This record gives sequence, C-alpha cells and structure tokens, in this order.
Amino acid sequence: MDCAKPIVCWFEEVNKDSVALVGGKCSSLGELINAGVRVPPGFALTTRGYAQFMRDAGIQSEVNGLLAGLDHQDMDKLEEASRLIREMIESRPMSIELEDLIAESYRKLSVRSCIPAVPVAVRSSATAEDLPGASFAGQQDTYLWIRGVDSVMHHVRRCISSLYTGRAIAYRMKMGFPHEQVAISVGIQKMANSLTAGVMFTIHPTNGDRSVIVIDSNFGFGESVVSGEVTPDHFVVNKVALDILERTISTKTVCYTVDFKEQKSVALEVPFERQNIQSIVDDEITELAWMGKKIEQHYGRPMDIEWAIDKDLPAGGNIFILQARPETIWSDKPKAPASSGAMSAMDFIVSSLIAGKKVS
Amino acid sequence: MKFPVPHDVKAATIPGTEGWERMYPYQYQFVTDDPERNQYEKETFWFYDGLHYPEPLYPFDTIWDEAWFLALSQFNNRIFQVPPVRGVDHRMINGYVYISPVPVKDGAEIGSRVPNFMERAGYYYKNWDALEAKWKTKMEATIKQLEELKIEGLPELEDISVVNDAIGESKGYHLIKNYDDLINLGIKCWQYHFEFLNLGYAAYVFFMDFTQKLFPSIPLQRITQMISGIDVIMYKPDDELKELAKQAVALGVDGAVVGNRDWVAVKLAVEKLPKGAEWLAAFEKARYPWFNISTGTGWFHTDRSWNDMLDIPLSGIQTYIGKIKAGVSIDRPVEEVRAERDRITAEYRALITNEADLKQFDELLGCAKTVFPYVENHLFYVEHWFHSVFWNKMREVAAIMKDHGMINDIEDIWYLRRDEIKQALWDVVTAWATGVKPRGSFTWPPEIEWRKGVMEKFRQWSAPPAIGIAPEVIQEPFTIVLWGVTNKSLADWASVQEVSDPDSISELKGFAGSPGIVEGKARVCRSAQDIRDLLEGEILVAPTTSPSWAPAFAKIKACVTDVGGVMSHAAIVCREYGMPAVVGTGHSTKVIKTGMMLRVDGSSGAITITR
Repeated sequence: MDCAKPIVCWFEEVNKDSVALVGGKCSSLGELINAGVRVPPGFALTTRGYAQFMRDAGIQSEVNGLLAGLDHQDMDKLEEASRLIREMIESRPMSIELEDLIAESYRKLSVRSCIPAVPVAVRSSATAEDLPGASFAGQQDTYLWIRGVDSVMHHVRRCISSLYTGRAIAYRMKMGFPHEQVAISVGIQKMANSLTAGVMFTIHPTNGDRSVIVIDSNFGFGESVVSGEVTPDHFVVNKVALDILERTISTKTVCYTVDFKEQKSVALEVPFERQNIQSIVDDEITELAWMGKKIEQHYGRPMDIEWAIDKDLPAGGNIFILQARPETIWSDKPKAPASSGAMSAMDFIVSSLIAGKKVS
Repeated sequence: MKFPVPHDVKAATIPGTEGWERMYPYQYQFVTDDPERNQYEKETFWFYDGLHYPEPLYPFDTIWDEAWFLALSQFNNRIFQVPPVRGVDHRMINGYVYISPVPVKDGAEIGSRVPNFMERAGYYYKNWDALEAKWKTKMEATIKQLEELKIEGLPELEDISVVNDAIGESKGYHLIKNYDDLINLGIKCWQYHFEFLNLGYAAYVFFMDFTQKLFPSIPLQRITQMISGIDVIMYKPDDELKELAKQAVALGVDGAVVGNRDWVAVKLAVEKLPKGAEWLAAFEKARYPWFNISTGTGWFHTDRSWNDMLDIPLSGIQTYIGKIKAGVSIDRPVEEVRAERDRITAEYRALITNEADLKQFDELLGCAKTVFPYVENHLFYVEHWFHSVFWNKMREVAAIMKDHGMINDIEDIWYLRRDEIKQALWDVVTAWATGVKPRGSFTWPPEIEWRKGVMEKFRQWSAPPAIGIAPEVIQEPFTIVLWGVTNKSLADWASVQEVSDPDSISELKGFAGSPGIVEGKARVCRSAQDIRDLLEGEILVAPTTSPSWAPAFAKIKACVTDVGGVMSHAAIVCREYGMPAVVGTGHSTKVIKTGMMLRVDGSSGAITITR
C-alpha cells in the first residue's frame, strides 16, 4: 500500500489520471472542475481509504473465505454470500482515524456550502466504471439527501458493500478478476437542490450530428428526465454559435423534489399552471450549451452530461454539471463518410446534378 | 405526388376576366387544342414562382420573365449543356407565373452531355474571376448605352438641322428604333444576368447539400454565412450615405441636412451655407450610380429607386448623422464580421472527423466562395441599376403615348404588352407623320380600364403552389434553390391563409434568417418611404428589403419580411448587425400592425404576436 496516497481528497485535487485513486466518477468530476466547469463541491474516500477500511476491519480474508469455491453461475449461492458479506461490511465500525478524516471533510463541505449538515449524495466510484466500452453503470449504489456525519458514514459503508452484490461477484469471477484487486472509492458531494435539471448530449442522439447540443429538461431533479417518466422540454442548440435552433415545450406532469425528513426525493405533480411553461430559461440553455461545448472540447469527444440548476444559489453561478461521460451510441460506431471519396468541385457538381434533389 | 391538373385550374376562369389571356404572351397558356402539348403540360410539374412574383404580373413587366425564360434555358441547354436538364419552361394562370424544369429523360443522352458540360462549365469555374471581370465591363457598357438612349417626342416640324445635315431620318423613326433599342438592351442585360448565375447556384446548392449531409441540423443561415462576401457591392449605397453623413458633420451642414424630411427643402437650406455647395456636389457624385438602388427587388415597375425618391436616402443620412452626434460608430465592423465568419467555418470544419469529407468540404467551400460574390453582386447591376434606369426610360415612352392620347396616364403603360406598345407606337408615328388621329387613342384607354379590373380580380385569387405531377427529383440548379425555398414558404403561408380571421393569428413562421430572440414593438413599413417613421428599437416588418433599406437597420432591433430566404438582404444585414431576422413569412405585413408587441426568434424562424 502506497502511504503517500491520501485517504480522502477534494474533487478539485484529482483529474482524469486519478481513476486508480478515486474511481471513474470522482476523477471525472475532478477533471471537470479543473477544466473550468462548475460542479457541486465534494470529496472522495479514496481507494486507499477503502483498502484501509477493509484491512482495519479485518474483512478481506473473511470475504475470500466466503467466496472460495463458488460457481459464478450459481446465483442462489452467490446471492447468499453477497448478503453475508454486505451485512459484515455495513456493520463493522470504521477505524477512528478514518472516521475522523471523513467527518472533518464533511464539515468543511458544509462550511463551503453555507449549509449546516449539508445534504450530500454518497455514491460509489468504481475503478472500472465510466470507462468507454466497459460500463458497469448502475452496479454500484447512490444515496441521495444524506445529512449528518453518522448518516454519511453509514452510507459510505453501504457504497463499499455494493462491490459485493451477487452480480458484481459473478461478473468478476467470470472475467477472472481477483476480488482482492478490486477497489472502490466513494464520492461525497453536495446535493444540487435543483429547480430544473436534465441531461445534455453534445451530439444529436437521433442523427449523430456533431454540430448540435441537445438538452432535455424538467422541473426538479433530473431523475424524471433520466428515467423517462415525463416527456421533458427539448432543445436543440447550435454548438458552433450557441443559438437555440429548436424548442419543444412539453406538458410536464411530474417532477421530483426532496423530502428532507425522509431524506429522499419524492414525485410531485407539477402545478397545472406550470406544466406547459418552459422549464429552463434561454440564457441558462445558452450557458449550459457553452459548458457542454467546453466539456466536449476537454475530452475530445461527444459527451453525455447530467446537469442541474440549483435553486439555493443566485443566477450566474447556479448551473452545475453533475456527471459527464462519453457518449457511446454514435461515438463507437464508425461514421459513414458523407462523401464518396473527395472529388473536384466540378466532378461533385456534375454527379450531384445527375443525382438530382428529391422533391419533398 | 399529384397536384391539381393545370387545365382544370385554368378552366375555372374568374368571372369578369374572360379573355385575360391576351394580356400575356400566347405561348404562356396551358392549352387544350393541341393534344401533344396538352399531354406534356398534364404530365409536367409546375410550381408557382411566388418568391419572384408575389403579385400577378402586369403585362409589360412580363418582359423580365420572358428574358430569363430565354436566358436561363439557353445557358443550361445550349451553352453549357447541364447534363440532366434542358431549360425551364414557363406558363401563366391569372397573371401568376408557373415554371418547370425540363429533364433529359434518356440516360444515354445525359451521358453524352457530360463532356460538353465539363468542358464548358469547367472553363467558367476555372477562369471565374477573369470572366467575371469581363462580365462587369460588358454590363457597364450595356448600362451606359441605356443611359445614353434618348426617348424624344414627335415635333410639329422637324428641326432645320435634319435638312441642313441631310440626316434623312425623322423623330418618328427614331422613336420606333429607340423603343426597340430600349427593349433589346433589357433583353441583353438579362442574357448577362444568367451567364454566371446558374453555375453559381450549382456550386452553392451542392456545397449546401454536402454540408447538410455532414451536419443535418446546420441552419442554412450558417452555410450562407460561411460563403458570403464581405466587401460586396450591396453595401456600397449604404456606405455612401454614411460617408455623406460624416461629410455633413465635417462641413458643418449637418444641422441643415437633418432640418427637414423633404429633400427639396434640405437642398435649399444647404445651398445657403458656406460649405453647402461642396456637400451637395458630394451628394450628386454619390447618386451615380449608387442611388440607382431600387427600393424593392427591382423586378417591377412599381419598385422606385433612391434617385426617384431622394427623401429616402436623405432619411438614411439623417439617421447616420444622429448616430454620429450620439457618438455611435456607424462603420461596418468588417474585421469582426470576417473574424466571425472564419471562426464559424473553422469550428464546423473541426467537427468533421473523416479525412475524405474534410477534403471535399474544403474543395466545395472554396468553389462556393469563388462564385458567391457574383450571386450577390449581379443584383446591383441588373435588378437595381439597369432596371431603375430602364423603368424611367419606359416612362418617357409612356409620356409620349399619353401626349398622343393612347393612354390616360403614364402609369397605364404597364397594362400593355411590350409588343402591343410597339404596335401602338407605329400607330402613333404613322398618324403623326400623316397628320391624322391614331386609331389606338380610341381602343387602348377602355382596354386598359378593363385590364385594371382584371388585375384587381387576379390579386384576390390565390395561386395553387403546384400543379401537374411532381417528379421524384429536380436536377436544375436554379429550380432546386427556388423550389427549396418556395415549397417550405408556401406550406407555412398556407396555414396562415386558411385562418379566416387574421386578428386571431398569434404565430407566424418563416425562415430563420439571423439568430437570436428579441421582443419589441412592431413597425410595419410597406415601402421604403415608411422607414422614415421608424423609431429606435422597433422591429421592422416589411414586404421585403433591399440595400436601399440599409439605414433602417441602424435603428431597429429585429427584422421580419414577407418574402425572401436566407440569402435575402434582410437576413444578410441582420446577421452582420447581430440582430434576429425571420424572413419569408408570407403574410407578416398583413397580419402584424404597427405597435403590436412581437417576439422574434431568428434561430427557429418563429414570430409570436403578444397582443
């Protein structure tokens, strides 16, 4: 174990080369921040922190014992082992040093956010996740609206235990990936209290046009958009000039907001008079698209981005990028060239004339 | 796709217009008595050229339609030999022009035309700049001939010099000859008009096509922006006004210049000032040729020029003086426009990932940029300069006809075909020579009154966008450009036309001409004269705009037009000023009233009326 590596670190201290330390999700957040993109602040329990937890609590050898000799196709036995392992991880206390480091960072985050016991998202950040072509997305857990040190600690453990779902165990066995070598990081990030949220693609999802940015938005949290529960407002923005080319305002019946008591998001009916109102104003669309363009330029490829507009913060500093990952549908398939081999303008004109223009 | 049968549309004659066909050339009629021609007409796709002809044509104004009928078709078919298409055929119903490209149907024949086209069109593309310079010389010589052409009246007694110099010709003969010369110069000017235009359109349209293949959502305005010229002639008249505004301030005559809306009054006031003569000389110098700019498209006799209405350029100069006094720069930000064009081009280019596509893009962009200045510049020479002088020469002819009782009013002449005018002039000169009354003085005035009634009925008629049977593809460059624009416009317009109560319309659609969104008060200006009433920060709503409207753009914050595409003047100028424009909306000047609050979205092409 490399003692030079930190146990916790702020997102802004990591970048895309930090996947081994803080996992894909956290490293990409750090990368975004360093690229000048506004991301809700937060910190990560690093893979070193994870390893220390497993070692301090004496878990790793017990886990190996429970998994020894299991068949990756025997899901019943795997699920049973998973249940035992996860219970063990979630119930073992952290070492006092580890707890102190996490608690200190959490308090600092509350101070930075100007909110006591700031609500945070606690999510796992796997070292093999978010990489193009090897998406584990959805296999690890995310917990939203977590407040207070104890609760943060508890959910950090739950995130760690998500490495040992039945499916994850089976996958590693199938791929011949030793369990001791997997590592996870956990991100603790301020919740964006979204007035409006949604997704943004820096490529046209239906025709692969790279000159546009497509934004879907609804009131409240982005989950109503991501899950497809509502038909969101839809905007097509010219990536080059950042003007809005198309706008479709839909009837949005449902949105998600937070129930602080229950620490979870709840579905609410959008008040009738707001259902057909544009859920994001034009200036915000332009700023968002500008951010999308920057993110794409930074990564050098089309991106799939989750964003939110925070209602606790004033306009001008309230648009946040929650997540950015490479777009995979169009980017991975070789694009058919538009030309049938470059030819002289004259040849092109003649062949185009002969082909003609369809009457529509 | 099948549209109404042309002959059925024509057969439903508007009551009271029976016999209207005699107002137009006979070959423009859909026929039933010639089975072969009838069959061809039925099987052909004809679409209404609503962009050039938003109103029914006056019989005389048909001259330019015939001129381009000949010019475009000959260049396509007999000079360059565009492989898959011959010319563009023309017909007319109720004064509205329908056109149709005539395809070459036999594949082998298309193939045999290819080498000719490659050689001939290739020569033009390759030597474009040199040939365009030649064009300019030819065109200027033609205009000079036109300007020097004298249309003189018929004297009671010929001047003694006719005897002393043994001229041997009369003013009667000169009138006939000069009328012929006038018409022939017009036809010649239109020969030149199409010398480059279709090749220019082909390069433009296929660059556009290729770019849309690369970027399906790219707005047409961006494609046009990549290839638009920056130092094009279109800006020249406006630049002259800016220069005159600066000089007025420098010479201390600005107070007098802004003192009155009426040019005659301003001129009198300026003359009295110490440096007034100097400024007036500069003004006169700017008029030729730059004030020959038409206040409309120049296609119709109703489009008058700045020279005809000096109050209009005066109003522009006044606007610019106001800006100078307020410390606002009136110079075009040429460098910024160029930089923005280059940035847009570079960014789109950078999004092309495939090497072959990139090479093709560069090749086509280069070609489009070479040809595009002609596409923009020819308008000044032909539609503005030549036409503006031409219409006034025709008015001189009309004045003579009026003197001889053939027409009651100068503006009545437009109700006659140009060959009828020729006949009528023969009637005039023979009667003059002989010392009798011309027969036409009895027959033409009532015929003209009848034609006025017919035209009025034509205006009420709404021309079907297309008739006949549509082919699967169109292969004629001019028609591709025109149909592309026309088809979308007509569909958008139809939805507005169907609404019976114009006051209930709250949304209009057109082409996204220049991006951005603004809200503001509408000012409807039906003609260039009305732009004097524009207030700072209003939204201009106009039938169309031309370079002669340029000073208006210094005051407004958005522009809406009835007619035009992304290449139209309003769109180009608004992009340069960075203000939204929605063009080609069809009915804005009818639906929108001055003072209404509008929201203009120049990125999506929507106008919302907030009442």
